[in-house]
Amino acid sequence: MSIIQCENLSISFNKTSVLKDLSFTVEEGDYLCIVGENGSGKSTLIKCLLGLEVPDKGHIITEKSLFDHIGYLPQQTSIQRDFPATVFEVVLSGFLNDLGFSIFYSKKHKQTADKMLKLFGIYEIKNKSYRTLSGGQQQRVLLARAMCSTKRLLLLDEPLSGLDPLVVSDFYTIMHKLNHIHKITIIMVSHSISEAVREANKILHLCDDCSYFFGSTEDYIKSPFGERFLGRTDK
Amino acid sequence: MIEAISAFLSYSFLRNALIVGILVSLCCALLGVSLVLKRYSMIGDGLSHVGFGAMAVALAFNFSPLYIALPVVIIAAFLLLSVSVKSKIGGDSAIALISTSSVAIGVMIVSMTQGMTTDISSYMFGSILVMTSSDVILSIISTLMVLILYLLFYNRIFAITFDEPFAKATGTNTTLFNSLIAVLTAVTIVVGMRMMGAMLISSLIIFPALSALRICKSFGSVVLVSAIVSVIAFIIGIFTSFMIDSPAGATVVISNLVVFILFNIYGKIFRKN
Repeated sequence: MSIIQCENLSISFNKTSVLKDLSFTVEEGDYLCIVGENGSGKSTLIKCLLGLEVPDKGHIITEKSLFDHIGYLPQQTSIQRDFPATVFEVVLSGFLNDLGFSIFYSKKHKQTADKMLKLFGIYEIKNKSYRTLSGGQQQRVLLARAMCSTKRLLLLDEPLSGLDPLVVSDFYTIMHKLNHIHKITIIMVSHSISEAVREANKILHLCDDCSYFFGSTEDYIKSPFGERFLGRTDK
Repeated sequence: MIEAISAFLSYSFLRNALIVGILVSLCCALLGVSLVLKRYSMIGDGLSHVGFGAMAVALAFNFSPLYIALPVVIIAAFLLLSVSVKSKIGGDSAIALISTSSVAIGVMIVSMTQGMTTDISSYMFGSILVMTSSDVILSIISTLMVLILYLLFYNRIFAITFDEPFAKATGTNTTLFNSLIAVLTAVTIVVGMRMMGAMLISSLIIFPALSALRICKSFGSVVLVSAIVSVIAFIIGIFTSFMIDSPAGATVVISNLVVFILFNIYGKIFRKN
């Protein structure tokens, strides 16, 4: 069953069009990687999916309930890197859209947050300050927060930029677990095509000239896109 | 000491100044945490300069300064916020442009109509002599507003300060809350400006948050510590100014500076261990 359906999407960024007539679907349980060069519209597409930006043309069809409970991992900002907040405070803020009219988070929220902290192996540093953590730990905290606001769909915008290789492979292990065991649908913007091909079951490759590829990973490898880019990155 | 305090409290304008100052310090500290962390501290500075311009215009035309300054500064708050949001790089120069222009316009109008009087210097650097009971009432109302809204939306303010795109994506109206913070800042600045001075009021927004940031590790403690620090630094400042007969606004800023330096040293030693 498809949970997101994009039809003939056209999007522009700073008044230049970056995506034209883009169509793709995301099924429940998919692991979709969005790859492409800088400026090809990857982040803008994610922002459109989240409703942070409005497409010029086309439709994004989703279940209404889906976006009430979305898990989003934005690109890290410089503000966050030295922000005075404990790990627990950050993770709890994932329940923001669950607050409704109440002022404080409920006991259930706090228990679920604890569960997420354990899932990502950061329960021990729950009361540590976010700014004192390593890049990999910060990433896990933001992931735990994203998982607090969703049970179904994670959207990740270049989660791995600036992280060392060990953390990256750790990260892919966690993603694999979330996708296979917890049945979370994942949409991830990534720089690394070779890792995208290894991990994801679907690829959306965006090009500068508004052309694109969308399909399963097997089809991608055989396609002219895959041959061209994988050939280049594997060398 | 007790004699000095009772002497201080025997003047009604000093009592007014004390109440207004404590309340304004409290509001500034709460709002300052978000503004400083979001790198918007220049907005506070810009608003106070706009406030000065508006007061000067009001004075020249014999209007009640508050009624002109309040709406003008609120409008300026929206303007400065949208400038900062839209262009991160051009934002700070735009703010500098707006604030210096406002001061220039204010000075021009005043010098054309009545010359540089003590009134103008008291608006620039503050005067505790001007605090009336209507200032006390206004500051109580605005403080209640800030406190209630801050408490009600504490978790949302945290989320928006920490990660605006995330808050927006999960369905929080971030524009509304940003505007709310801007309006509350505008009101607080206008209320506190005449006592602290247009040139000095923004220190009340920036210093307490910066001091708290040196020693605290959670957002909750930063908010709490900066509120406490702000009020204590104000009380120390205003009593000192009374004892040594120095300008109140400047003394309060110096008092905040001393606290900041002490916290900074403490933070450095603490972190090393």
